[in-house]
Amino acid sequence: MNKNIAALVSGLLFGLGLAVSQMVNPAKVIGFLDVAGRWDPSLAFVMVSAIGVAFVFFRIILKSPAPKFDPLFKVPDIKAIDRNLIVGSGIFGMGWGLVGFCPGPAISSLAYGRIEPVIFLAAMFIGFYVERVWRLRAGYG
Amino acid sequence: MENFTPYSALIGGVIIGIAAAILLWLNGQVAGVSGIAGGILDFERGDLNWRLYFVAGLIGGVALYRLAGGPLQDIEISTSVPLLVAGGLLTGIGTRLGGGCTSGHGVCGIARLSTRSIAATVIFMVVAGLTVFTTNHILGAGT
Repeated sequence: MNKNIAALVSGLLFGLGLAVSQMVNPAKVIGFLDVAGRWDPSLAFVMVSAIGVAFVFFRIILKSPAPKFDPLFKVPDIKAIDRNLIVGSGIFGMGWGLVGFCPGPAISSLAYGRIEPVIFLAAMFIGFYVERVWRLRAGYG
Repeated sequence: MENFTPYSALIGGVIIGIAAAILLWLNGQVAGVSGIAGGILDFERGDLNWRLYFVAGLIGGVALYRLAGGPLQDIEISTSVPLLVAGGLLTGIGTRLGGGCTSGHGVCGIARLSTRSIAATVIFMVVAGLTVFTTNHILGAGT
């Protein structure tokens, strides 16, 4: 139960951060990605402050032997920049640029009660499923 | 740069950083939304509920912000339905194949100085920028 409450609190703050920074708004994100248009650097500021805060806290947290509610830290230890990372990130970049939604803001934006996020998320979960089938068949990752 | 909002961007980023720290500190998990949401499809006993709570929190955080009278009371999406579907499919497949999205690679991975995550973030940002350039300035679909 503690893990669920911790996840809920983290999710609530994450969603709040996306709303405060306006990253939940695809038009805002497209404004950042459209370097040749009326460029809006806000997204870079969100990334820099989020990374800065996480960098400091992560260093402190990862010094402890284990997290509070779990025996192990589940931090990825893969180092290789492999084909899946490159191809997958490229495919994601196309999707992100088409709409201005990445997974966090897409889910959070359901709070606006509009139909577009529902359509996007239905397709995104089909994408998750398709990749899962490939992964289980090919036995990678 | 008339739409630039540096202060709300910095404050929002701090809140996101704290959210990521809480999940690592308490549950030992990286706050990567594509990994958390995609992992729901594994339906693994004992590893499912926290994912659903996190996702509920993502929506609830924005709902609370709106109830509290936050300035962003609506969002703008100018994408047609076929492109919403295409964008969703590409995002779903790409983030899982690439092992992360803007939160997992872009925030948490870079905060751990992971070269993998730095490479992924550079790739999806450049490709997203080229995609927007193509749709807005070559095909002229946007404004």
